[in-house]
Amino acid sequence: MDQPGSTLLQFFADQAATAVPAHRPWPRYELTEPGWRALRAALGANPSWELLDLWAEPGLVHAALRDGDTGAVAVATLGCPGGAYPALGGARPGAIRMERAARDLYGLDAADAEDRRGWIDHGRWPSGGDHAKPPYRFLPVEGESLHVVPVGPVHAGIIEPGHFRFTASGETVVRLEERLGYVHKGTEGLMAGRTPREAARLASRVSGDSAVAHSLAFALAVENALGIEAPPRARWLRALMAELERVANHLGDVGAICNDVSFALLHAECGVLREQVLRAADAAFGHRLMMDRVVPGGIARDIDPDALPAVAALVEALRARVPYLMQIYDAKSSIQDRTVTTGIVPLALVRLFAAGGFVGRAAGRDFDARRHHPYAPYDALTFEVPTLREGDVNARLWIRVREIGQSLDLIDQILEALPDGPIAVDLPPGAGEGASMVEGFRGEVFCSVRIGEDGAILRARPRDPSWLQWPLLEAAIKDNIIADFPVCNKSFNCSYSGQDL
Amino acid sequence: MLKLLANALLRGPVTEKAPDPDGEALAELARRLRGAAQARLGRSLSIREVDAGSCNGCELEIHALGNPVYDLERFGIRFVASPRHADVLLVTGPVTLNMAEALERTWRATPGPKWVVALGDCAIDGGCFAGSYAVAGGVDKILPVDLRIKGCPPRPAEILAGLLALLATAEGRR
Ligand code: SF4
Repeated sequence: MDQPGSTLLQFFADQAATAVPAHRPWPRYELTEPGWRALRAALGANPSWELLDLWAEPGLVHAALRDGDTGAVAVATLGCPGGAYPALGGARPGAIRMERAARDLYGLDAADAEDRRGWIDHGRWPSGGDHAKPPYRFLPVEGESLHVVPVGPVHAGIIEPGHFRFTASGETVVRLEERLGYVHKGTEGLMAGRTPREAARLASRVSGDSAVAHSLAFALAVENALGIEAPPRARWLRALMAELERVANHLGDVGAICNDVSFALLHAECGVLREQVLRAADAAFGHRLMMDRVVPGGIARDIDPDALPAVAALVEALRARVPYLMQIYDAKSSIQDRTVTTGIVPLALVRLFAAGGFVGRAAGRDFDARRHHPYAPYDALTFEVPTLREGDVNARLWIRVREIGQSLDLIDQILEALPDGPIAVDLPPGAGEGASMVEGFRGEVFCSVRIGEDGAILRARPRDPSWLQWPLLEAAIKDNIIADFPVCNKSFNCSYSGQDL
Repeated sequence: MLKLLANALLRGPVTEKAPDPDGEALAELARRLRGAAQARLGRSLSIREVDAGSCNGCELEIHALGNPVYDLERFGIRFVASPRHADVLLVTGPVTLNMAEALERTWRATPGPKWVVALGDCAIDGGCFAGSYAVAGGVDKILPVDLRIKGCPPRPAEILAGLLALLATAEGRR
């Protein structure tokens, strides 16, 4: 799908932008400041261009873009000797929080940005002492008989911390404002200076529920940077892990959504099924969440051959059980009453933010990294990418259910054609830079890596899909009642850790 | 759905036998509790979970405790929404500096006698995030810790064994 000569690539050609040698698999271009401004104008003129990521390092800002018409991907880089760059957030609102984070973490200023508040830096780090933060200002709300309900960072349930500020008129939410950053651990900073193998441990823990997706994205980015490929057996087993992770998470989410509309039976049933998947993963790979199994160069351990029948049996069991449970879901008008037409995200917004995963596909955005930027073995496997139009809680649930079915088919195909051979190769010495895109359960993980001559990571940037989904949750809850927030939130299930890093 | 319910009755519960209370955890608790306030809890524990910067892996396994296979509530252990209802704070994560105050305030809102459990390698000593500018590096940097449950993340059976040890100690059986 990545064809040359596309519009996005034409833009860089027209700018006479310098292509950085050997940035794989997509090109990276160095722009001048006028070039960056031209990019902003071009984003305005080409609504199909998607902003995948915006990130910084000392003195440099990068933006990863995708041409939605041609599928071409490119990274644009601007040197910022003066510590500032023209903001892209006006053209692609998905960039706004990324620009705020880049200011907090690297001191680079999106000069003409409208929202100049901090995002990740809450004024509590020792290094932040000399630029003590003013108190955070929430957006002002004006109007008759509005009240504000602040929630968090510590929530009532067993979930990650974040602050939600609802402004309501009676029961109806007129605005939700999210404030995140509470679980910022400095993950990107810790990855720098380490070898790819060492940093892979952190990649596995960007978001624990996506341990496979993130460690796979990181491994592929490193392999692309160094110009190597993992052996075939490793690539197939990575896909097996990725599909097990997808099934486990989707089952957990379906159960949790049902729980939030007080249908405990399906929550319990899905919980049992999820447990079976995690146990199969444990038996096969020695870790329930399969952390540290995908490493740059291959995988850390082969599948336990004794576990193969258990995995095959699991697939059979789920294939019978899930549709049966969904019949129950479908027959209960009391559930549908809460999920249908609740928390709608329109397609236009999904496109504007290039939101992936079930958030995008439930509203009709047909994108799946396994299909649109296939990495082995998905180019050799048969599967469908389900999409719906409604964009509500119900649609996000059904996308997950259908994807479980697709993943089960994929697991069958993988088990049938699993190649023999080695499971890892050594990493060659030397420098390189590369990127990757991997379809995790909640959407595509985009990962970018630069490695120095000494083989240590200079900059690793794992972009969780949540970055582009969190802002849409604010839109989804608008005009719904506060009581429907938990189920809307579950239907998104964004990662806090993945975006706070 | 009736069929499902009937089958569930015939099949019997999927719930598994309880693991033995974690021996190492028991020893640690015995040292700390020194017999004080033991009988207070009766046969139940109310737990307030606080994510102080985890990767969410530990939360997934705490969640699993509630599924019918582990069925935590059969032991009288339950998760509560407010720290004011809690006996135990179950804390995960390396304690990010952005969460330290919220964690401390949650602890202050919890009535005594109270126990703090550090769950997962991050909560014990910062785990793989130790040394970062953005983390305190373990729950005991902020609060007194009564029990540590190792693992990244600990398996549900291991978490359960730790909590049962807490319950056994709190009941004054040992
Ligand atoms: S102990 Fe491991 S699983 Fe738990 S929060 Fe830390 S990194 Fe995640």
